[in-house]
Amino acid sequence: MVWNDPINLMSYVTFVFQKLFGFNLEKATRLMLDVHEKGRAVVANGAKEKCELDVFRLHEHGLWATMQKDT
Amino acid sequence: MSARISRRRDGTFAVDLPEAERELLEALVPQLRELLVDGSDPSLRRLFPTAYADDAERDREYAALTHDDLLSKRLSDLDTLEANARAERLTEEEVMQWMGAVNSLRLVLGTRLDVSEDMDEPDLDSPTAPAFAVYSYLSYLLEHLVAAAG
Repeated sequence: MVWNDPINLMSYVTFVFQKLFGFNLEKATRLMLDVHEKGRAVVANGAKEKCELDVFRLHEHGLWATMQKDT
Repeated sequence: MSARISRRRDGTFAVDLPEAERELLEALVPQLRELLVDGSDPSLRRLFPTAYADDAERDREYAALTHDDLLSKRLSDLDTLEANARAERLTEEEVMQWMGAVNSLRLVLGTRLDVSEDMDEPDLDSPTAPAFAVYSYLSYLLEHLVAAAG
């Protein structure tokens, strides 16, 4: 789960989604807009270890990501 | 926009920045490095975000596990920006590290300025005007880095 924040640039967030998850530009842009307009978006899911690694990689790139169990 | 950073045919990147902008970057790096090494400044919080919003215990475990790695990445990005602030050419890896360093600077400065999406630029005589001008410049540079690397 990636949260909207007022500092990270939209172009940079899109770029990071493409780089980390291999999304094409269209998908990365759609997710970025979800984050921007709805305040958050689920960009990845899976087992706890994988989520923790994904969150760490997003943190490395300065994005604010958290993980939670599906409800 | 005329490209400040551009990808060349050989896969390297040309850097077209005026002297004053390079000097600014060289001046900013040691300031953030000092904050990172000290580690206590609250404006660093965006560089070490929470991972478990609703579970403080797990979040402490995550922070204990990742803090040193995040710190060494931030410092290594800053080292690369400082070492190459005068460079005419960068490798792709160096461009990624510039991006990381410039974004770290933006996150700390933006946190200090309490930037919000609908905020207006401060008046020219406001005490925060110089810091906001630096923040705006870093945003501009990051846009150029993303445009070149994307």
